[in-house]
Amino acid sequence: MIIKKRYDLVVVGAGPAGSSAAKRAAEAGFDVLLIEKRQEIGDPVRCAEGAGKRGIKRHIKPDPRWIAAEVRGSRVFAPDGTRLEISEEGSGVEVGYVLERKIFDRVLAEEAADAGADVMVKTLATGLIREDGRVAGILGRSLGRAVEVRAGLVVGADGVESMVGRWAGIETTLAPGDIETCAQFLLKGVEVDDYCEFYLSNRLAPGGYVWVFPKGDGMANVGIGVLGSRSESGMPIELLTRFVNKNFPSARVVEVVVGGVPVCGPIKRTIADGLMLVGDAARQSDPVTGGGILNALDAGVIAGDVAAESLEKGDVSREALKEYEERWREKIGASLARSLVVKERLVQLSDKDLNTLAHSIKDKDIARMGLFDLLSLLFKTNPRLLWSLRKLF
Amino acid sequence: MTVRVDRYRCGYCGACVGVCPNVAIELVETWIAVNDELCESCSICVKICPIGALEVVGG
Ligand SMILES: Cc1cc2nc3c(=O)[nH]c(=O)nc-3n(C[C@H](O)[C@H](O)[C@H](O)COP(=O)(O)OP(=O)(O)OC[C@H]3O[C@@H](n4cnc5c(N)ncnc54)[C@H](O)[C@@H]3O)c2cc1C
Repeated sequence: MIIKKRYDLVVVGAGPAGSSAAKRAAEAGFDVLLIEKRQEIGDPVRCAEGAGKRGIKRHIKPDPRWIAAEVRGSRVFAPDGTRLEISEEGSGVEVGYVLERKIFDRVLAEEAADAGADVMVKTLATGLIREDGRVAGILGRSLGRAVEVRAGLVVGADGVESMVGRWAGIETTLAPGDIETCAQFLLKGVEVDDYCEFYLSNRLAPGGYVWVFPKGDGMANVGIGVLGSRSESGMPIELLTRFVNKNFPSARVVEVVVGGVPVCGPIKRTIADGLMLVGDAARQSDPVTGGGILNALDAGVIAGDVAAESLEKGDVSREALKEYEERWREKIGASLARSLVVKERLVQLSDKDLNTLAHSIKDKDIARMGLFDLLSLLFKTNPRLLWSLRKLF
Repeated sequence: MTVRVDRYRCGYCGACVGVCPNVAIELVETWIAVNDELCESCSICVKICPIGALEVVGG
């Protein structure tokens, strides 16, 4: 495998965002290079691996190789233990898969390769080539050797640690209140059913939540997200250890995951001349749930399509790439913005408030409600507590 | 002053990179590289680290 000196499109980062963008543009007949700095795609995992079935099926045919478990619904626990259950198809997005991301991400990259893209791992972008005021390629290291690759267009799909955007002058730095800092154990020897569980409590997880996602065979991803502005060095792993010791004392830890999820909501700009940002690099993850796989896939496809269209026209200016900006915002922008409003209020609520909210709907028929309907009901029942959400309904 | 990384503890997740206001931290595959010249020891990365691997050092 040799990396050529010139491509139509260079995609930095082989996560769901980068692989789907690369695949799309390659399918349209363009010469695409997808680079990944890690030596193994998808590893180490930085994810709880939950995703809605419908959303996944929009992009790829379900395959038991990367589906660890299927879940029937979600259970949310208030700080005092009050339990709310949402289940079955009625809730739409909540019914889903728990993936095996190591395999899922690899398969997505393989699909990009099948579509004709060059794929190269252990290849790190270290900077951008600029020409006539636009991004015109990347500088990097491949298997330790310096490389220089020119490109008609560059896509930055380089995740939470994205540098590509900042190299191009796009402000993507996350303030502490804009990130959930997370730790997770993959546990073996636990008894869980086919529900995803969420524990809300400022004591357990300040400004975040604890999750338990089943992975089949007595395994589960048990993790915690703490809002950065409320965290201290090492707090997530300490709180997680405490939770696991108390709730799963006899479980064995077979994998440790750490990571940060952007929860800042839509950022102002995700394009520059010759450049598009996509996925976590564009901060497209959901501010309430921290879910980012489906948005990364959706935005990746849009970026791949716009890349193909603008290369075709021979115009990769920021003006031309506005098409990408408009299309991704149309697809997921409104839901990100709405989630941000909800998150900003949620993180202010005390445990007492959270209990009040849970009590107010616990006897109602919520089993088949989607997240939005549930919020709407919560708002109607507790207008004072949730007044800042009034514009959403 | 700068930030020191405890390599034995670090899970190389890149959360610190995303919050660094000076773009002084980089995740190079499996290790965190801190550029001492750019680091202003604001300690945001220390606070954000999920596993407690970062520390402000020196003077
Ligand atoms: C603990 C945790 C739990 C989560 N749980 C869920 C969940 O249950 N459901 C959900 O939907 N989302 C979840 N997320 C979020 C989800 O993991 C991300 O939103 C998703 O992975 C984003 O995809 P991406 O392709 O944008 O970025 P990534 O998957 O992060 O991929 C970016 C890739 O770019 C590579 N890269 C970075 N810089 C360079 C460079 N300079 N050169 C070359 N390659 C580079 C990286 O190595 C990486 O492989 C979770 C996140 C965390 C941290």
